[in-house]
Amino acid sequence: MNSAISCQNIIKTYNTDGQIVTALNGINVEIGLGELMMLVGPSGCGKTTLISIIAGILNQDSGQCLLFGEDFQALTNKEQLRFRAHNIGFVFQAYNLLPALNAIENVSVPLIINGTKRAIAEQKAKEILEQMGLSERMKALPAQLSGGQQQRVAIARALVHSPRLIVCDEPTSALDHKSGHIIMTLLKSIALKHDRALVIVTHDARIFNFADRIAEMDDGHIIKISTTTATETN
Amino acid sequence: MNHIALKMLMGDKGKYLGIIMGLTFASLIMTQQPAIFVGLMARSYSFISDVALPDIWVMDSKVQFIDDIKPMQETELYRVRGISGVDWAMPMYKGLLKVRLADGAFQTCNVIGLDDATLIGGPATMLKGTLADLRQSDAVIVDIDGAKDKLSKPSPSAGQKNIPLQIGDSLELNDHRGIIVGIAKVTRTFQSQPVIYTTYSRAKTYAPRERRILSFILVKAKPNQDPYQLIERIKATTGLAAYTQQGFKELTYNYFMKNTGIPINFGITITLGFIIGTAIAGQTFYNFTLENLRQFGVLKAMGASNAQLLKMILLQAVLVGSIGYGLGVGLAALFGFAMRYSIMAFKLPWQLLVFSGLGVGFICIIAALISILKVIRLEPAIVFKN
Ligand SMILES: Nc1ncnc2c1ncn2[C@@H]1O[C@H](COP(=O)(O)OP(=O)(O)OP(=O)(O)O)[C@@H](O)[C@H]1O
Ligand SMILES: [Mg+2]
Repeated sequence: MNSAISCQNIIKTYNTDGQIVTALNGINVEIGLGELMMLVGPSGCGKTTLISIIAGILNQDSGQCLLFGEDFQALTNKEQLRFRAHNIGFVFQAYNLLPALNAIENVSVPLIINGTKRAIAEQKAKEILEQMGLSERMKALPAQLSGGQQQRVAIARALVHSPRLIVCDEPTSALDHKSGHIIMTLLKSIALKHDRALVIVTHDARIFNFADRIAEMDDGHIIKISTTTATETN
Repeated sequence: MNHIALKMLMGDKGKYLGIIMGLTFASLIMTQQPAIFVGLMARSYSFISDVALPDIWVMDSKVQFIDDIKPMQETELYRVRGISGVDWAMPMYKGLLKVRLADGAFQTCNVIGLDDATLIGGPATMLKGTLADLRQSDAVIVDIDGAKDKLSKPSPSAGQKNIPLQIGDSLELNDHRGIIVGIAKVTRTFQSQPVIYTTYSRAKTYAPRERRILSFILVKAKPNQDPYQLIERIKATTGLAAYTQQGFKELTYNYFMKNTGIPINFGITITLGFIIGTAIAGQTFYNFTLENLRQFGVLKAMGASNAQLLKMILLQAVLVGSIGYGLGVGLAALFGFAMRYSIMAFKLPWQLLVFSGLGVGFICIIAALISILKVIRLEPAIVFKN
């Protein structure tokens, strides 16, 4: 088995006050190990919904999604939490760092959720923050960091527990070109390994060339998957 | 996760202080108002507490509380003295009499007549003079609060403060003279009237002519005599009522509880304080959780279980609850301390601390529960919403 994610015929509808919106209308996609896949498409086409299902924080109505061979929806609640806590890292457009915690503490949160001792968790957090080039800002609160620095802390947090899948929703769209470039370089060089997969939702055409493949979505469907040729490196 | 919960709670100092203040306010009201209530109710029987020596109070069987005087015939005193197991029995007169002050005004006073020979039942603390000075002719002892306030003499120069009564000053009780030989400290009573001590026989001359004049018989049981058995014997022999000191206090306390509006009024205040406190503290705490909902969502997405989040919220609630309770009770105690010389009633027994502690605990649990429900229902997928 060398696909990290394998989704078949995923259908997801939202029901708000009787109004039914079909966000995903039969999605089939495979993401391989060691692959960075980008999801692109117009606003409202279902990108966020799809990565939410892939990351196991949202349930589909029908269809099957295997994560590293595991049918996530068939797991019990507790197993789902455990699975997520160990296997998935999140990066958000709005960073979503806990404002009262400094960089080290923020990064150590996933390990603490997994039951790691605080001292050990913070030691690991420090190491990864150093890799992210944030040695000088480890004690800073999110409000004291620039957007690019906050996103680097968020990436450190997504990586600290060595998850096998990292999902990112618009990781660069709040950043200027240079910061966005740094973020993508770090993601690709540190986060992406042969046994991992990276799924990135983006509008940001400036980073398309970091992708191995790009899936174009429209209206709840994947309409085209293309392989990029000019892969940029750092 | 505990340190995360605490940092989250204290991260926003303003909101943190807001929650604490709400809980402090709730604890304060839930402690201070009942303390005033307990203090007031204790005043209903403070006179009984002040009379320390006798074991048993004997009185007419229809008496309902300490100020409900139903005089007995003096022969009852001799009947009680004849009952086996009685070490001694002393008469006491207690009655409200009008006292004419130096400026001609009248003031109702609580006049206590003590057994001429032993002076049993006298005030515990003499500030000036001695109890034995009552044996001088026309001697009376007044309490300090009365001497300073309601019995005080107007100052000769206008606009000046009244002059407190002093030893040597005189009063007029029913056309009889009383000369002050001592100033006593007594626990404030419910009506807060001045208290005047004198001998039993002199009290009889002050009181309006009546056939019955004996208010209470104060009884000491013989050593090794069970007071409850003695009470039964007194009741059977005389047909009078008899209580231990504690029993008489309870009779008085229960009378006030049942027959005055005080419990209802305080009940309303305390309930209101409780509701307002719950509303403020619960609301701020719930708002705090609501505002942090996204953070809880992030933790949830990253795999934090409901149990973990629940522990975090409980810890936060317990912390703000304890601090608010400590501050509130501290403020209430400070208030009581500041008011200790005033007319304010205030008593803070440990039962009351338990009561307000439970109240605050209840508020915190309710607030935490509502917050927890919100967090449990939270969809982790909100983390991708901007
Ligand atoms: N919680 C929800 N309740 C109801 N409708 C929703 C919900 N989330 C998404 N939708 C709807 O589902 C569709 C897909 O939404 P989704 O957020 O996946 O789009 P998107 O591709 O991420 O868009 P964008 O680029 O603007 O982020 C939209 O029509 C949206 O309005
Ligand atoms: Mg989206």
